[in-house]
Amino acid sequence: MTSAHSIASSPRYAPLEPRACSAALMIADDAGMAAIDALIGQNPELGRKATILRIGATAPPDTLPAALDGALSQARMGLQVWLAGSQGLIARAQALLLAAGLPKGAIQSEHRGTAARRMQCVHCKTLAEGVTTDPYTCPGCGRALFVRDHFSARLGAFQGVCIDAETPGDIPEPQELRL
Amino acid sequence: MTITFNKESFRGDYSYHNSATAIRRFPFPFDRDEYMYSVNMEPHKGGRPGSVFEARFDVDEHYVAEMEDRAITLSRDPMRCQSLPHMTLAGWDVLELIMTSKAQDYPDLFELHRDGNRWRWVNRPLGIDDTFTFLDETTLPYGPMEYITRQTQGDFAVLDQREGNLWMDAGMVTSQADWSLDFDIGMNFFEWHAPVPRAAEMGIFQRALKFLLNIQQDTPARRLNWTMTVNPRLDTSPETYPEWGPEKRSLTPENLGQKQYLRVELQSFWRLPRSNGLLFPIRCYLISLQDLVTVPKWGRRFHRVIRDLPEDLATYKGFIVNRPMIVDYLSRFDDGAPTSPGIWPD
Amino acid sequence: MIQLRLTDKTPLSPRITRFRFQHPDGAPLPVFSGGAHVMVEMQDGDILRRNAYSLISDPQDGSGYEIAVQREDQGRGGSRFMHEQAQPGMLMRLGQPVNLFGLNLTARKHLLIAGGVGITPFLGQIPELDRLGADYELRYCVRSRDEVAVDLPGAQLHVSDEGSRMDLDGVLGAQPIGTHLYVCGSARMIAAVLDRATALGWPPDALHSEEFLAPAPGEPFDVHCARSHKTLTVGAHQSMLEALEAAGIDAPWLCRGGACGQCETDVLACDGQIDHRDHWLHDDERNRKIMPCVSRFRGQLLTIDR
Ligand code: FES
Repeated sequence: MTSAHSIASSPRYAPLEPRACSAALMIADDAGMAAIDALIGQNPELGRKATILRIGATAPPDTLPAALDGALSQARMGLQVWLAGSQGLIARAQALLLAAGLPKGAIQSEHRGTAARRMQCVHCKTLAEGVTTDPYTCPGCGRALFVRDHFSARLGAFQGVCIDAETPGDIPEPQELRL
Repeated sequence: MTITFNKESFRGDYSYHNSATAIRRFPFPFDRDEYMYSVNMEPHKGGRPGSVFEARFDVDEHYVAEMEDRAITLSRDPMRCQSLPHMTLAGWDVLELIMTSKAQDYPDLFELHRDGNRWRWVNRPLGIDDTFTFLDETTLPYGPMEYITRQTQGDFAVLDQREGNLWMDAGMVTSQADWSLDFDIGMNFFEWHAPVPRAAEMGIFQRALKFLLNIQQDTPARRLNWTMTVNPRLDTSPETYPEWGPEKRSLTPENLGQKQYLRVELQSFWRLPRSNGLLFPIRCYLISLQDLVTVPKWGRRFHRVIRDLPEDLATYKGFIVNRPMIVDYLSRFDDGAPTSPGIWPD
Repeated sequence: MIQLRLTDKTPLSPRITRFRFQHPDGAPLPVFSGGAHVMVEMQDGDILRRNAYSLISDPQDGSGYEIAVQREDQGRGGSRFMHEQAQPGMLMRLGQPVNLFGLNLTARKHLLIAGGVGITPFLGQIPELDRLGADYELRYCVRSRDEVAVDLPGAQLHVSDEGSRMDLDGVLGAQPIGTHLYVCGSARMIAAVLDRATALGWPPDALHSEEFLAPAPGEPFDVHCARSHKTLTVGAHQSMLEALEAAGIDAPWLCRGGACGQCETDVLACDGQIDHRDHWLHDDERNRKIMPCVSRFRGQLLTIDR
């Protein structure tokens, strides 16, 4: 089955580590908060400096762009960012941060929670959040898409490719994605 | 040199065809009877007269038809040509390199007249005669990279060099072997090569990157790569896979010689002086197996290469399902005789 | 390598002199990108030197190449040669422009910090930044006013013996997200700036530096070249690369300053201590590789794969 760590474009997640910084921004969902807590446990000073954006029931993922705009409006170089949670949250936050000009080297991420992925359909370009099976059905064009390990940091998504292009209708049974 | 341009298509009725001359000059990529992924780089400084290596940007009988096919693909999907905002200067580098090279290498087809930054470009085969201001985008109908690559055969990746890596930050990609510029744009060298099997473990990309980072203005390099395509189709992109995927299953022993094509990429690498970027043209040549086997050496060798290719490479190159049929077809042209070294016909 | 005529030699400060080269026939030279350097070949007695100098003229101007050379009396002699023996009218050989210190054009802003003669690569970058309309901040740090080689209206000048030293933390702390930092100057200055930036949370991918790593002199030593079956003595004022070239042994190179990786050479045997002076090899490679353009050796025997 597919696993997220097999090829060079796949995102690499490492346990979050404290790093010297002038300002700290942490973004996590419910599952990711444990990683943030562990990070702050290692370095309580960091916790006192940090702005924490928690994505969850009260602040759904769609609030992320506006929240990040706010957090970055006064930011200066020296800001370090820690991301923790689902692959989709990490990818979205990272894509927004990169688009704002933050170098990748200032961003760390740790995957927590489910194996769900954020996918882009290569045919109709629709983004699908929280995809849990391979193949999955594209919410845009309805095609059955194979979950490819190829990942674009700019889009914050893995690539979905039509699984039955050569043999239309021949679609294998969807399998749960695993970590 | 006069070239008669073919009237032909790369889709629909697939009327693409190679003349006898085009067959003889086809860049057959195997210099021995087996294939292993390697970087096999050599200086791109001319080559045998008449060969595809002779000019810096080869123009052949398919030129006009290929440019028409590119225009169709772009009108359906404009995202096949993209340039991230910091790549405009590199785009001018590309335009300058191609215009000066073509005007020198094909004076009967192209002319470039420069008066300071006032440039006049004449492209006879496509009927273009434009005057514009170099480094001023508003004086061209497209961005500089798009403008010139709408007039140049092959795909183009324009790479930015920074952090000791190369970043695919601009490109014109309408005749690709199943990769998506729209998805890969912004990736570094290792990321966009991630789907290639084996090579990563072998450390090939580390060495290749080091080589490419050190390419200088006066030392362009080239290599050949290859894959297989059913029908002479340029646009085998992942975007349009549902259109061409079914064609891969349309091979029969009877139509194989005519429908199965060897697709060879002449890749070259150029340092761009103003931007310090790197231009990576990927020029595609297509030949049907029935034309290929008219050169006996190529028929023998290609049979041996395809028969012995490791499974994962055949899968990556997209012809694993058709391999038995292809081997069967090619075996008819392999009498077991030894082949001479090198790529050229005997 | 192309042969060019030295057409002009102008002192810019007591120690720094500008040299202009043009094609002998007046033909245009290849344009380049800001931050590029050229290799200048000097026949200094019986030693053939090749030293790298940043191009300081406008990169888009192919009418000539200009470099600025600071006289280093403690150096191996290249700068002395340029100051004393190079004279207008002379023909000299120069390499193609090579850029190992290019601007990162994805940056939102460029912070350029120059120490002394480290201003030179930025002189090629400023016209480029101006043309692009890019946001930049140039800090030019010198010890005393007579070190100033160029008058730069856009720069903030810091003269330490006049008490106007740069407030490094203040400068680093005031940069918007997406700023890239470039520093060029002495090894000590570069290390100080990069250390502070890192301590303040700047990521490595936003930090760029170029050190003028002229191969420093050292004790003479012997090296055995296994492939060519030759044993050479590297003189005190010679680099191992120069010794290889003098012996007719082919060795690749690009920067001759320990930065590009091109001259990387396998060490086959080593009984002694390699004095690694490059910025290229990783720590785990240092026991089996050497960069002959800058590094030296002390000990009994060094065998390399050349
Ligand atoms: S020549 Fe560049 S590291 Fe030695």
